[in-house]
Amino acid sequence: MLLSTRGLSKRFEGLNAVQGVDLDLPEGEIRALIGPNGAGKTTLVGMIAGRITPSDGQVIFDSRDVTRLPAHRRIARGMAYTFQITSVFARLSVAENVGLAARRHLKGPKVQDAVAEALARVGLTAQAGDEAGDLSYGHQRLLEVAMGIAQRPRLLILDEPTQGLSEGEIAGFETLIRDLARTTTILLIEHNMRVVMALAQRITVLDAGRVLAEGTPAEIHANRAVQAAYLGGSGDAASG
Amino acid sequence: MRVVALHMGLLALLLGLHFVLPAYHQGNIARVMVLASFAMGYNILFGYTGLLSLGHALFFAAGMYGTGLAVQHLAWGAGPALVGGIAAGAVVSGALAFLALRTSGVAFMIVTLMFAQAGALALLYFSEWTGGDEGFVLPQGGRLLLGLDLSDANIRYLAAFALFATCLMMCLWLVRTPFGRVLIAIRENEERVRMLGYDPFAHKFAAMVISGTMAAAAGAAYGVLFGYVGSSFAEVQNSILPLLYVLLGGAGTVLGPFIGTLFMFYLIDLSSDITTAHMLIAGVALVGLTLFAPQGIMGEVRRRLWKGLP
Repeated sequence: MLLSTRGLSKRFEGLNAVQGVDLDLPEGEIRALIGPNGAGKTTLVGMIAGRITPSDGQVIFDSRDVTRLPAHRRIARGMAYTFQITSVFARLSVAENVGLAARRHLKGPKVQDAVAEALARVGLTAQAGDEAGDLSYGHQRLLEVAMGIAQRPRLLILDEPTQGLSEGEIAGFETLIRDLARTTTILLIEHNMRVVMALAQRITVLDAGRVLAEGTPAEIHANRAVQAAYLGGSGDAASG
Repeated sequence: MRVVALHMGLLALLLGLHFVLPAYHQGNIARVMVLASFAMGYNILFGYTGLLSLGHALFFAAGMYGTGLAVQHLAWGAGPALVGGIAAGAVVSGALAFLALRTSGVAFMIVTLMFAQAGALALLYFSEWTGGDEGFVLPQGGRLLLGLDLSDANIRYLAAFALFATCLMMCLWLVRTPFGRVLIAIRENEERVRMLGYDPFAHKFAAMVISGTMAAAAGAAYGVLFGYVGSSFAEVQNSILPLLYVLLGGAGTVLGPFIGTLFMFYLIDLSSDITTAHMLIAGVALVGLTLFAPQGIMGEVRRRLWKGLP
């Protein structure tokens, strides 16, 4: 297992945001994490990446207990996290945004190559010299992904990466993720069910802070409890 | 390349001015270069890393007193005393960084201000050694460096120039290294930097030590070059001044601190010829600049003319 959580929980003053989550993510898998708004998805990945301190439980990454490591040390061990709310360096150039991600593990001329490669993969080569804050919202989302790619992570956590992307951009994004999955394990929070069904090898459904179900897209599609809690019966409706 | 040419051009100009300036302005520019070195140190923390400190007078004074006390009480020569002053600045800024960087924003301003005030009061309290609010005049023996008399106007100018050139080249180099670029990224979005795998605390700590040590070097040089060590340099005004210089000249630009210091120095100098209310004129000019060039002089140059200016 590349990533495991055991009994991972977070309580915010009286609210159990995440309760006793056991998650096992083998190397090379694309795993989708779905659930209604407020199910605790972002809190869960926040605890995995170290942005949020868990109230209870463990995070094991690459067979080491990283529960007590600060976020930057987990990232240095091979995690990457792209933000749900776009969080790029708005006043720095697109290339410098990706450069910062690449320089964490590369030096000298290799940095430029890595930056060029990451920008090419998300299709932002032409915008390399622009200020990141001037990009359209969709392009800023892609820049987030490019920063994740440039980190060359073993585990890439994507928090709602397709939010705000056009249909055409989503199709390109799906191709990109399949391509990335050959070298990287991916944990994907996603609301767009079409993207989830197309990409994920397995799906974990979170509801009210607990794991409601886990399985292949077909199994989740057929699961009554999931339909009741989340999909509203139709199975392919995109949820906001 | 153009960037390096611009900065080296300024240094060449300042070196050239040494031979043509009348004595009065030569003394002024020497003082401006030392104060600009102070402001450049301040700019590393404020302009590039985004941390607003109100305690840099403490670092300036650490350098000044570290050097001055060693000359006065231990009879050290200027060379070892300057090294001692700079080392004192490094230690003091490291200690304050360790404490103050647990906070951020307004709390950081207040914590740095409070420690600097404590430092200023300590100088008054130990007046037997420090001369209290009168300070002390450095003996001539402490103003000799490698056989050069630093109280001589020509040598003083060149010594101030050497300090300024060193600080300027260090800044220019620093902000273009991977380390310096992480500092800029921390200013822009600290949480994102953390989630790219960099340790923000370690970077901010290093930035504060570099910043404080540069301020201390300016303080040490100021004492030796102008021959006086006084507790007014440890007071809060002396923490506000580098902030003003940097804001005027352009925060987060390498040349900004020098331009701001030069502008402010001559603004006060010229307006005090006209009126005793010279700070009023300085205040009006400041208000005007904040209204029409909120990013400072070099900040405007970068915005309008030269996008990649570091």
